[in-house]
Amino acid sequence: MPPFLMLREWWEERFGTELFSFLWHKQVPRHKHTIWYYLGGMTLFLFFVQIVTGILLLLYYRPTPGEAFESVQFIMTKVRFGWLIRGLHAWAANLLIFTAVLHMFSTFFLKAYRAPRELTWMSGCVSLFLFLAFGFSGYLLPWNELAFFATKVGTEMAAAVPFIGDWLLTFLRGGEEVTGATLTRFFGFHVALLPGITLLFLAIHLGLIQRQGISVPPGMDRAMHVLSYLRKHDPDAAEMWLQAAGTEPPREMRFFPNFFLRELIAWYVSLGVLATLAAFDPWELGVKADAFAPTPAGIRPEWYFLAVFQSLKLLPAKLLWIEGEQFGLLVFSAASLAWLLVPFLDRNPEGRSGRILKVVGAAVLVYLAGMTAWGWLGEEELAKLRFELYWTARALITVALTLLGLWLLIRFLQRRRGQP
Amino acid sequence: MAKTVSEGGGPEQPGRRRVLGFLVGSGVMASFVSFVYPILSFVLPPESGELDADTVAAKANELAANSAKIFRMGNRPGILVRMADGNYKAFSAVCTHLNCTVQYRQREHDIWCACHNGVYNLQGGVVSGPPPKPLEEFAVHARGQDIVVTRESRT
Repeated sequence: MPPFLMLREWWEERFGTELFSFLWHKQVPRHKHTIWYYLGGMTLFLFFVQIVTGILLLLYYRPTPGEAFESVQFIMTKVRFGWLIRGLHAWAANLLIFTAVLHMFSTFFLKAYRAPRELTWMSGCVSLFLFLAFGFSGYLLPWNELAFFATKVGTEMAAAVPFIGDWLLTFLRGGEEVTGATLTRFFGFHVALLPGITLLFLAIHLGLIQRQGISVPPGMDRAMHVLSYLRKHDPDAAEMWLQAAGTEPPREMRFFPNFFLRELIAWYVSLGVLATLAAFDPWELGVKADAFAPTPAGIRPEWYFLAVFQSLKLLPAKLLWIEGEQFGLLVFSAASLAWLLVPFLDRNPEGRSGRILKVVGAAVLVYLAGMTAWGWLGEEELAKLRFELYWTARALITVALTLLGLWLLIRFLQRRRGQP
Repeated sequence: MAKTVSEGGGPEQPGRRRVLGFLVGSGVMASFVSFVYPILSFVLPPESGELDADTVAAKANELAANSAKIFRMGNRPGILVRMADGNYKAFSAVCTHLNCTVQYRQREHDIWCACHNGVYNLQGGVVSGPPPKPLEEFAVHARGQDIVVTRESRT
């Protein structure tokens, strides 16, 4: 007997047949957008990688200002494969947020958030916010210069929150300044509080997906409902309906083993990319944090905060009657809330509101990508790029105009010669 | 020949399938080894580098005759005994039974482990109790005002 069937028999003797019959009968819709389904699984896989590598790092890491930097240095230089484990943790954090963002936008544009999957969308959005919090708290833990000042700037923003700003700042920092107390706090958030909350939200997210099945793009679900109804009651009518509709029959594949094996391949590919990045571009440690050293130039947050960072940089000191920073945070908070409530704002996903939201979503995506690129390149690089673009465009236009002129001249001469 | 292949796969098909299965399976297994090996290497801490350097255990006049002190030898405790005749002896202070730290008994002139009543003599040998091996002895030298204990150049 194959090992899998033996395992199944062993399980079913003890716990009943529900699990395997569920896996066996679960179907995944198959259509031209199926490829996007793998992003959620990849994000989940990277989250597992974070749990494993995080636990491994905990074997050596020490969360005090006197020892944090040294312990990471020890991991990087003395512990066998320490550089790899830390590299995997740091790179997976970035890839995880990247795949989560892609997953979010793919579900947004495929309108997977529409009823009855509002809570799946919301739990996913909350998980992404939690991943960002993971990134922010984890960034400080090596206690290096960049992390120290990035945390200073990042937590300072909390002070701009109306009414509870000061309280929030003290809560985050464990005092008025970023000190060892902040490090201890962030360590606690990073390894205990956030994992607990995130696991809860992921459980809700995954549970809902299992309960409701994977969403299919609008239009397709209606066809699937009609077809499954007709097939059950009148198979001939089903065929006729399909011919009349002129569409391909909605296809499905079995979750186990077909989709599961494809998912495994996606995981392997993620792991391959991750391991390559970690091996060929190890994460730097930098210089130990010194609260009394001047902030080094070119300080900026991780790429996933760059869009917010860059937007806030552009705002004037005072806007209307409130401070620029406060205004920016207000706009971003309102936008995040609106994004969270998208399923309720889109009353008619296939109609007007759906089309408007599609355009808004595309605008948001372009805005975030543009701002991130701007923040990444920096003013100087961007000016250089603009300069190059300008001269390239000018050269191209000059060449094009010259060619056009030549062509017109030739045409003119030809016509004159052709005239009697 | 061609017919046997076309009939439900023919005899070659299972063989080819088995070879492919073997190749994929061993590839996957090999990749798993490459995941597990770094993890297993990572969990074992690197050797902290035993300190073979000289350790200053005490100052020349610190210990009276027939007394002893525990000092730090690398990451582990050592015991420096000044015997009744004024000479020094140094041992590892880690009991060879279950790693408790031993102490000097002035009345009995011996080294005693409080955990399970192990007794060593002043040569480090086991006198009574459960310890299976004698205590490791270190070399002691006087260097100026310092009493220096060394592991390697044991005499």
